[in-house]
Amino acid sequence: MSPSADSDRPSLIHARGLTKRFGSFTAVDAIDFDVAEGESFGFLGPNGAGKTSTMRMIGCVSPVTEGTLRVLDLDPATDGARIRGRLGVVPQQDTLDTELSVRDNLVIYGRYFGMRRAEAGRRASELLEFAQLSERANDKVEPLSGGMKRRLTIARALINEPSILLLDEPTTGLDPQARHLLWERLYRLKQQGVTLVLTTHYMDEAEQLCDRLVVMDKAKIAAEGSPRELIERYSTREVAELRFPVGVQEGLDGQLDDLGERIERLPDRLLVYSDDGEAVVAAAHERGLRPQTVLVRRSSLEDVFLRLTGRSLVD
Amino acid sequence: MAVAEAFRPPRSGRHLTGPDVPRRHALDGARAAYEHQLLLYRRTWRGSIFGNFAQPVLFLLAMGVGLGSFVDRAGSSAMGGVPYLQFLAPALLASTVMQGSVFEATFPVLAGFHWIKRYHAMYAAPLTPYAIAFGQLAWIITRATLVGSIFTLVVIGFGAARTAGILLAIPVGTLTAVAFAAPIAALMSTQRDTAVFNSIWRFGITPLFLFSGTFFPIEQLPEQIRWIAWLLPLWHGVDLARALSLGTIGDQPLVMLAHVVILGAAAVGGTIAMFVMYRRQLQR
Repeated sequence: MSPSADSDRPSLIHARGLTKRFGSFTAVDAIDFDVAEGESFGFLGPNGAGKTSTMRMIGCVSPVTEGTLRVLDLDPATDGARIRGRLGVVPQQDTLDTELSVRDNLVIYGRYFGMRRAEAGRRASELLEFAQLSERANDKVEPLSGGMKRRLTIARALINEPSILLLDEPTTGLDPQARHLLWERLYRLKQQGVTLVLTTHYMDEAEQLCDRLVVMDKAKIAAEGSPRELIERYSTREVAELRFPVGVQEGLDGQLDDLGERIERLPDRLLVYSDDGEAVVAAAHERGLRPQTVLVRRSSLEDVFLRLTGRSLVD
Repeated sequence: MAVAEAFRPPRSGRHLTGPDVPRRHALDGARAAYEHQLLLYRRTWRGSIFGNFAQPVLFLLAMGVGLGSFVDRAGSSAMGGVPYLQFLAPALLASTVMQGSVFEATFPVLAGFHWIKRYHAMYAAPLTPYAIAFGQLAWIITRATLVGSIFTLVVIGFGAARTAGILLAIPVGTLTAVAFAAPIAALMSTQRDTAVFNSIWRFGITPLFLFSGTFFPIEQLPEQIRWIAWLLPLWHGVDLARALSLGTIGDQPLVMLAHVVILGAAAVGGTIAMFVMYRRQLQR
């Protein structure tokens, strides 16, 4: 497995043995990865896997403890401010100025990047349009909904036309409708060729947005590839989820084990991995097993994660 | 509207790698941080300026005119033979500016690090921790100078300025403000709430305000504890501002020089501490 993507495209982020320690705690443990220009790259993993620490190092606000990190072919240790001038950052927690208007949040942020006031104002109008917030331009930030605040944060991160957009848990805490709206905006950016780097613990988000991703667990990278590749490599085409009445699952005594390539026992259900889920269900019925509910579905990144770590992504 | 307008991806080969990424001067960042404070002040300046006028008016009326008429009747020899109002006004200027700066070094700093996280937003952009600290300090200096200037206008209006030296009390007030605000900003960068601030205010600032020679000469304090005034930074600002306004600066030139040196040392030391703490708190 090679950590580099297409070698003909320049690597915008290059990490080898990248490590972050806080005292005796190791948040990121010698990870390798490359992000190519125009790529949409994700860090998928549960809370505490080291995703945010990695993002903060890429964002040049957290010094690297050990290893190599180059961003835009510069060293964050010596050129942090220059690199940050070419990044757009959407932090996990909003850092909008709730005491300013929506528009002023964008304009003052443009000023941080040395833009002239008129230029920042023009750009703010374009981005308000993009974030579907033009009507709220002169409102205060405080009363905006969570989804609107998030869109404003993304708009703000685009003010300097960044070479890389860093998104740390972009949709955590949003309702489904707001998430889909946000994904749609991010998908547009992706199609425009913007290099996106995002962290998430939502597998559907990773599948929607990432060309390539690494699965992180306990400060390390467990696997790397496109969502499709990872599913093919670590899972079967389909999964049969069988839920039995309370107490029955424990008494099955391995009666299903030969039906699929692999079986996962979750507290409330069995997952049987097979390329033909319906056949698994039929075979179970032939053996006289009566699950309460049955669901046959395609494998997802959730299954990849389960296979790699023995745990669920969101617990 | 097309996204192409909202986002123009970088032209291939341009500003993607090293040499094309522009370098910016650190002061540009500090200016942007300062501008942010100005933008915030635009929302509240009317009430703030009104308060800055009202406070000296009330104090000079109550203490200077009201209490002063009693003091003057008893004879003002302890005050160097000047009317109490003129004795009080420049000192009160220094004290008031100092108090205001303590607020300016507390709430915006807590908001910057925790409540609103403005500093984190700035640091994610090309601003350095030093530029962020510089911008905040520049704003503290602006506010102190503004409060001192308004105070001076009121003092002149009351006829409480003995000489034109009152104008020099403005920079003395600002220097005193920095001597307090910079180290307090450094301390507040480590705090998550106002608990420590409340203690400082109750057990530090309020006693200082009362016993640093603003309302009566420190010579009136018992002899055994008079030396404490030298340790209390506010007294240096109070004594200096008063001497400038009363035109008595030449009476004790060495003491005056010592005032400037001590205030300057506190301001410089505090500023260094503030810059170091800002870097430590942001760069983790």
